[in-house]
Amino acid sequence: MKLAFSIGMRFLKKSKSQTALIVIGIVIGVAVQVFVGSLIEGLQQSLVDGTIGSSPHITIVNSEDNESFADNDALYSDLKEDERLTAVAKSFSRNGFVSLDEENTKAVLLRSFEMSDADAIYSFEDSLVEGALPTETNEVIIGTNFSEDNDLTVGDTLNFIASTDKAEDLTIVGIFDLGVASLNESWVVSELATGQALFDEPDYLTSIETQLDDVFAADTIATEVNTQIEDADLVTTNWKEANESLLSGLTGQSISSYMIQVFVLVAVLLGIASVLAISAVQKSKQLGILKAMGIKDKTAGQIFLFQGFVLGTVGAVIGAGLGLGLMYAFSFFVKNADGTSLVPFYFDTQFVILSSVIAIVASTIAAFIPAKNSSRLNPMEVIQNG
Amino acid sequence: MGKLLQLTNINKIYGDKIKNQVLFDVNLEFEVGSFNSIIGQSGSGKSTLMNIIGTLDKPTSGRIIIDGTDTSNMDKNQLALLRNETIGFIFQFHHLLPEFTVMENILMPYRIKHNRVSPEAIERAEYLIDMVGLSKVKDNGSTEISGGQQQRAAIARSLINEPKLILGDEPTGNLDSETTQTVFNLMKDINKELKTTFILITHDKKVAEQADRIIEIKDGHVIMDIPNL
Repeated sequence: MKLAFSIGMRFLKKSKSQTALIVIGIVIGVAVQVFVGSLIEGLQQSLVDGTIGSSPHITIVNSEDNESFADNDALYSDLKEDERLTAVAKSFSRNGFVSLDEENTKAVLLRSFEMSDADAIYSFEDSLVEGALPTETNEVIIGTNFSEDNDLTVGDTLNFIASTDKAEDLTIVGIFDLGVASLNESWVVSELATGQALFDEPDYLTSIETQLDDVFAADTIATEVNTQIEDADLVTTNWKEANESLLSGLTGQSISSYMIQVFVLVAVLLGIASVLAISAVQKSKQLGILKAMGIKDKTAGQIFLFQGFVLGTVGAVIGAGLGLGLMYAFSFFVKNADGTSLVPFYFDTQFVILSSVIAIVASTIAAFIPAKNSSRLNPMEVIQNG
Repeated sequence: MGKLLQLTNINKIYGDKIKNQVLFDVNLEFEVGSFNSIIGQSGSGKSTLMNIIGTLDKPTSGRIIIDGTDTSNMDKNQLALLRNETIGFIFQFHHLLPEFTVMENILMPYRIKHNRVSPEAIERAEYLIDMVGLSKVKDNGSTEISGGQQQRAAIARSLINEPKLILGDEPTGNLDSETTQTVFNLMKDINKELKTTFILITHDKKVAEQADRIIEIKDGHVIMDIPNL
């Protein structure tokens, strides 16, 4: 083994241009793979994040539309303990009206949460442009559009009329910008107790909203959660049901990314195999001498396997670095009009390691052909031919 | 003295459809420590005989016993081991590995055998290098020395594993007459000093005549086998 390795290394060192050629081939292959893979993955992440990052992934609701259900602490704590769920928030949401003056009323959606839980989903804290989150009963926050359209600011009160005809003055303690105009226009957000009291439904919820770590598993996890829920009236919905076109777009992207990667890999593999095959022919005289001196066929073959392995390793390491460098440069230089990166710098360590390992394995496999040829080589032919 | 090598009824036929017999019932024995030469025209079958003796080729029929071991039923790996430990090769075109230095080339059979280089091996290599007069160029690349020096390096290499048999295929074939004599004398000295058996193939009568025994091959038959006293 050691002998085969050191002979292989010496052969590589002594044919520098050939070695460089193979390494450059692998470097480019791995770099393209890492770059394209990371770019598309990053693109998908930012797309998914932008689309569903601030909305629930799995929601538990009453099977009858808009009906509330009794707050069930056992279910809530079960969901809280589920490690796949990164956020669980009880919610009570109802339509109502805000009366601005004698003639003017506006329809709004009152969304009541336990603020600390809901913040994990909606990031209210981070989206506040003014004021603070509601902490007391009858405190609310409103969206920027609603605030601008109706000249409302922090400290003002809203006269909220519930569908039960109950009216209450709510104090605006903050203004948020969730980045979606329709939400900024219609949402009035309060603590859970505020909503429940306004609609006379204490200890009732309209939904339990959750977020996941693995967003693409939403449908399977939702099905599992569904079976765990004992209350037959409750059902789960998940984001995938509502976003099928986004999903098929993402799948298409992934497939094209895999296609590119596979073809790059095949091209690299063929390149390595052919250059190594040539080098094995060039070294046939040396192999003949070594065989006459008693080197075993297996050891002779190992010379080329080691070469493939070492070339693959060096190429993969440099290639992965170059690929990440390209990804960084892309995220740094290619920007949106507002100065943010078109695709944020992103890489998945596992993906980079996997690409490198595949390149190393592929290079070693590519070396099998010359290895096989060299172990078959008959020393007599070489020696007789001078 | 005992027999190092016994060839019994060696026949070699090439080709399946058109048969071409190159060796006919060759019977030869070689004594331990002897210095032999095999002469013959090109095409006489002497190189085939050499390859068979060196276990690089197998006879169509017949037995070869090297150092008491019958090689007929040995597989490729066993033959490789036998070559490595028992036989040293010197080829006409010296056949050093161009990627390695003189010293590394000389140590190569040792590395093939032991997979590593011991201080004793380096000591022995130094001794052999000194014996063949290459001390000054031992760290040169093997292509950076003259033809005569390369041939002497090949002789040192063939001796590193202390083989019982050295096979030379035209070992002086591409050297000028002065260098030929130097290299030949070196082999004679080694033969005397280390009691290594030599079998040299040559078409150079002058070289052959300096051996202890001359065997002539013609058309696949041994036509002459005389001690040279």
